[in-house]
Amino acid sequence: MTTTTIDTSATSLLRFATAGSVDDGKSTLVGRLLHDSKSVLADQLEAVETASRNRGQQAPDLALLTDGLRAEREQGITIDVAYRYFATPRRRFILADTPGHVQYTRNMVTGASTAELTIILVDARNGVVEQTRRHAAVAALLRVPHIVLAVNKMDLVDHAEPVFARIAEEFTAYATQLGLPEVTAIPISALNGDNVVEPSAHMDWYGGPTVLEHLETVPVGTDPSDAPARFPVQYVIRPQTAAHPDYRGYAGQIASGVLRVGDRVSVLPSGLTSTITGIDALGRAMDVAWAPQSVTLLLADDVDISRGDLITPTAAAPTTTQDVEATVCHLHERPLKVGDRVLLKHTTRTVKAIVKDIPSRLTLEDLSQDASPGALAINDIGRVVIRTAEPLPIDAYADFRRTGSFLLMDPADGTTLTAGMAERPAS
Amino acid sequence: MTTAPVTETTDNAPPASGRGYPQLSHLDVLESEAVHIFREVAGEFERPVILFSGGKDSIVMLHLALKAFAPAPVPFSLLHVDTGHNFPEVIDYRDRTVAAHGLRLHVASVQEYIDNGRLRERPDGTRNPLQTVPLTEKIAAERFDAVFGGGRRDEEKARAKERVFSLRDEFSQWDPRRQRPELWQLYNGRHAPGEHVRVFPLSNWTELDVWQYIAREKIELPRIYYAHEREVFRRGGMWLTAGEWDGPKEGETTETRLIRYRTVGDMSCTGAVDSDAATIEQVIAEIAASRLTERGATRADDKLSEAAMEDRKREGYF
Repeated sequence: MTTTTIDTSATSLLRFATAGSVDDGKSTLVGRLLHDSKSVLADQLEAVETASRNRGQQAPDLALLTDGLRAEREQGITIDVAYRYFATPRRRFILADTPGHVQYTRNMVTGASTAELTIILVDARNGVVEQTRRHAAVAALLRVPHIVLAVNKMDLVDHAEPVFARIAEEFTAYATQLGLPEVTAIPISALNGDNVVEPSAHMDWYGGPTVLEHLETVPVGTDPSDAPARFPVQYVIRPQTAAHPDYRGYAGQIASGVLRVGDRVSVLPSGLTSTITGIDALGRAMDVAWAPQSVTLLLADDVDISRGDLITPTAAAPTTTQDVEATVCHLHERPLKVGDRVLLKHTTRTVKAIVKDIPSRLTLEDLSQDASPGALAINDIGRVVIRTAEPLPIDAYADFRRTGSFLLMDPADGTTLTAGMAERPAS
Repeated sequence: MTTAPVTETTDNAPPASGRGYPQLSHLDVLESEAVHIFREVAGEFERPVILFSGGKDSIVMLHLALKAFAPAPVPFSLLHVDTGHNFPEVIDYRDRTVAAHGLRLHVASVQEYIDNGRLRERPDGTRNPLQTVPLTEKIAAERFDAVFGGGRRDEEKARAKERVFSLRDEFSQWDPRRQRPELWQLYNGRHAPGEHVRVFPLSNWTELDVWQYIAREKIELPRIYYAHEREVFRRGGMWLTAGEWDGPKEGETTETRLIRYRTVGDMSCTGAVDSDAATIEQVIAEIAASRLTERGATRADDKLSEAAMEDRKREGYF
């Protein structure tokens, strides 16, 4: 037996996404990350080598690692997001691999919705282009906490520091304007593997981390004490057995913040109040629990609570509203029009809703607003005003990624139409 | 209260973040996410069922479901697609588990379909592809509207593109181009009568995560996952178990080897690996060092063609 071991003790998990067109070398970067971190196993590599040979290619085409489906291979189309997994001794990674195709916006929005970091690729020869600005705008809109600017193809610009410095500076200035929190710029050559997993021998002037080092060390998760607690009730647990005749627990996943036994809480939208008397963390009684733990809450009073309700500290409860203003990304070929009747899914609650107004559509190229477009087509980002049939305890997405987001669905066939991010009330 | 938060839900006390709330370990995050998915299905569907093969992934799924609804019983029944070529240890494990938790077990039997002529044995003797018809007919007959599977996205490239909630039409077909985009943790389970949703709570787990979780939670597995001596023979580059399912054939010779299984499936196409890993720690060390994927090492049917898994999934297979 081999003596190679990897540390299998507790590690953290980073979800990240990539953005960039095919020409920027995204597939090569992803293939390189998987290959050089030894996450591609022998049989997978063999399959890629065979497929490459069958296509008459000399070297194994690492991009084939990420082209999975028959339809994709046969028709050269790419079907939105794919999820890739790899691990190092320090961390586990889930990569939302979004194809750089025409449908970039909806795919990137999907990938970025769960990402804590986005890698935006640019070609060193072209620098910051329209597409780069688009990617940055989407990352800002989705509130992705960390951004990596990977300046690729440094080998084609003689590994020149001034080229990198100019691009990094221009992008950082633009990112600041968008309100992006943090940008880490890394000069790489995905093709040759420079600064992807191993430090480059050609760019002595660069003293920063490689892409993988940065992915391994960037802080993940937010401080739970930064935000008030939000607990959407998913399911009421009532065993009604001899051992537990009176047990009534509210099951859910803590969406943000910290919950403690003894906390005074409100139940929205009803506004009833009670006190937490117990927290059951998957079979273990706890005094305190925090996001993103799945737990079951026990309350002092026998109040009427069901799926779709939100339990939250009384002192920091959101206001409920039937008028939701939001920035949305439209995901479906069927356009979203003023007057459309839809279903709105917010946390664990689904309510009827109507699109009252579409005041503007965002032009991603220059971030200008196109007034009163009347409808949103697939991949459009715009502002909408929605009236809901029941009041919702909805937060601003800027403050709460999970309780500030929602989906619009077609009531006839359940199709997912639109992804929404609620805005702060104007007043 | 200003007492320090309890750290016992985390594996080892990973680096603290912020004001003393430990970063949850990757296993805690994956566990919370899977439990969330189970509870979403319980809240949104009428007749969910858990596909249970007695393999490690479905065993972990059931363990998570038990935790998600404790102290109440799991509000789902189990469904086993019995190929007729199962390992006896696995059937024994299945029946003990069902009894221990007071669950209801549905069985869709491939052998029954062959016996009454509705399915025909394949020339290569492999029964895995034959599971699709009994499975989809059972789903329709019992009107299951959500079917949990233990599939992981790291298993196979077609699965890398599958959603956590995967809508199937009335023929149980998967259309990769008609998938709903899945954002945040907002899972859309809306479906028309006759359609159902396949749900994959272990989507974001890898083989190693599953094993580490089994170790952490001290979950019992069928013995065939650990090294033992067995009569096997070589076919298609793999060690197959000799048995009444028509193996070995003429020209194939059996020998006794020290082996274990990385996956559990139909005996006719699930290969064993040479191994002396007799404890879970040894199994984890072996997998961490392996240069072959789970499926690459042990599944004959995935090698039938470059898109074998995708083609079967389109027809309704898991």
